[in-house]
Amino acid sequence: MPPDYKLDLVCPAGSLPALKVAVDNGADCVYLGFRDDTNARNFTGLNFDATNARAGVEYAHAKGAKVYLALNTYPQSQGWERWKKAIDQAADFGMDAIILADPGLMQYAMKTYPKMHLHLSVQGSATNYEAINFYHEHFGIRRAVLPRVLSFAQVEELAAGTPVELELFGFGGLCVMVEGRCSLSSYVTGESPNNCGVCSPPKAVRWQKTSNGMESRLNGVLIDRYADDENAGYPTLCKGRFEVEGETYYAMEEPTSLNTLELLPELLRIKVRGLKIEGRQRSPAYVAQVTHVWREAIDLCMKNPAGFTVKPSWMTELGKISEGQQQTLGAYNRPWK
Amino acid sequence: MKLALGPILYYWTRERVQEFYTDIAATPVDIVYLGETVCSRRHVMRLADWLEVATMLTAAGKEVVLSSLTLIESESDLKSLRRIAENNDFKVEANDMGAVHRLEGRMPFIAGPYLNIYNPQTLQLLASLGAQRWVMPVEMSQTALQPLQQARPLGMETEVFSYGRLPLAFSSRCFTARFHNLPKDDCRFLCINDADGKIMRTREGKPFLVINGTQTQSALVYNLVGEMDSLGSTGVDVLRISPQFENTVEIIRLFHECLTQQISAEVAMQHMQSLMLEAACNGYWHGQPGMEQMFLASAAHHE
Repeated sequence: MPPDYKLDLVCPAGSLPALKVAVDNGADCVYLGFRDDTNARNFTGLNFDATNARAGVEYAHAKGAKVYLALNTYPQSQGWERWKKAIDQAADFGMDAIILADPGLMQYAMKTYPKMHLHLSVQGSATNYEAINFYHEHFGIRRAVLPRVLSFAQVEELAAGTPVELELFGFGGLCVMVEGRCSLSSYVTGESPNNCGVCSPPKAVRWQKTSNGMESRLNGVLIDRYADDENAGYPTLCKGRFEVEGETYYAMEEPTSLNTLELLPELLRIKVRGLKIEGRQRSPAYVAQVTHVWREAIDLCMKNPAGFTVKPSWMTELGKISEGQQQTLGAYNRPWK
Repeated sequence: MKLALGPILYYWTRERVQEFYTDIAATPVDIVYLGETVCSRRHVMRLADWLEVATMLTAAGKEVVLSSLTLIESESDLKSLRRIAENNDFKVEANDMGAVHRLEGRMPFIAGPYLNIYNPQTLQLLASLGAQRWVMPVEMSQTALQPLQQARPLGMETEVFSYGRLPLAFSSRCFTARFHNLPKDDCRFLCINDADGKIMRTREGKPFLVINGTQTQSALVYNLVGEMDSLGSTGVDVLRISPQFENTVEIIRLFHECLTQQISAEVAMQHMQSLMLEAACNGYWHGQPGMEQMFLASAAHHE
């Protein structure tokens, strides 16, 4: 039986062209950030200024898609006005929801724009219904994005304990640490997702060809070393190879992408409301490809969840653009833990 | 400034935990945080055992706080949380907003270091819900702390993680089980063999991080013993020392002697060289990468 509700496909937009292709390929919602440290993908050349943001909202709304503002870093005192202004702009530009992690900001948004929909960001680290209900009771959040650390059984248990809609990551980069609870990046570089909106920032990265192979370093710390026949990956610091008691291996996580296509019928069964694609830092071509595959998959699954199977062509297409060309169900599949 | 002993972050045997706190009772530490904050599977100390230790420490004149689990994922985690939150004898450190939800309006609580309090607005909110002390996020600098101190709600105490391997990240994956090629559900509790965690080195042999079950720590030891002046002038009320398997009593003593100006920071630091598990770092407090070690502020005065 088809489900009695709609699952939103929520796609990343790191630029206006990415937003347009996401909408054109069937995204129900796109999320974007402003061009500064108020969002967790604070990279040079990425994100939206006011003009582009307005144009993005206009384009999406004309085609029936929603726009969410990612305002998912924690403002430190000096920056408070910048975050506040971002909330004001989201309201002014007619955005459909703001994705927030900081309770102080939620309070401001709720008091100033009572009609604005607030979503709890994955950076808010809410992994249980007591935490989600806290944000619901105090700030009226409508939706919570869950950290990529819960098993499917845990998600199901959580869903039963809260009236808040849930949004889950379906595809893209995989944080092995609980989002919002990881300071590894600032330990090495001074900048983290919480305080600067970046992880393993490009400006701290150095590549060096040595007699031992290609080396990747983050602020001088050796993250990995590659033999001639290996593809060198970006030195995200939790995805390097390190040595523990004489064994050198991916001590925290392999370079891999999350892919939950095969879980779609289960996600519909427990009424997950949003399916989120990671990757505001990726190209419009990537966004187009991923959105296209997931649109087709969700539409087929909505029509007939019981008969849903994952098409090999989808996996091939997504496999080509996955980190390290590898895919995993991540924590949704309990043995991953 | 007062001295606090943070919760034991590692998995030690019950005998070792009890012996450890018997020793702590005789130290000049003012506040002791108790409980399992890292992994819900660790079980040698039950709540009743922690309460027994808490009673003993209270009798020894310590302020005792029960710390809640940081990553709460399941209904059974929530049950343990409720048992802690509903105790009537000891204050609770909330390490997750779910814990704040259970504690708000019920009794005064301590807002732990993982609640991500980065600005005065959020601190004010926590105060209105009953927080009477908050622990600064480990990555925060003195400069970033100052505006929070200036706008601090009346009666709110500020605590700073001041000694120990930094708890940098939490995951639901157990990295100790991963090292042993075991699934987390069948981890055999092997982290009990790593009294101070497992060192993770870079491929050129430099100590980098420490695996402690689901928690990842810095290999270097964060040490602000040389920063007493700046901690004091920023209005910090409590310095947190994080337990290590050996020498914690001596570390507390050196912090205390430094606080009471019996010895200088340089002397304390010299003594600590042989007591620390690795070299020291203090970058975060100075707004630098956490792993950096800046010179002693007091040493600069003498130059």
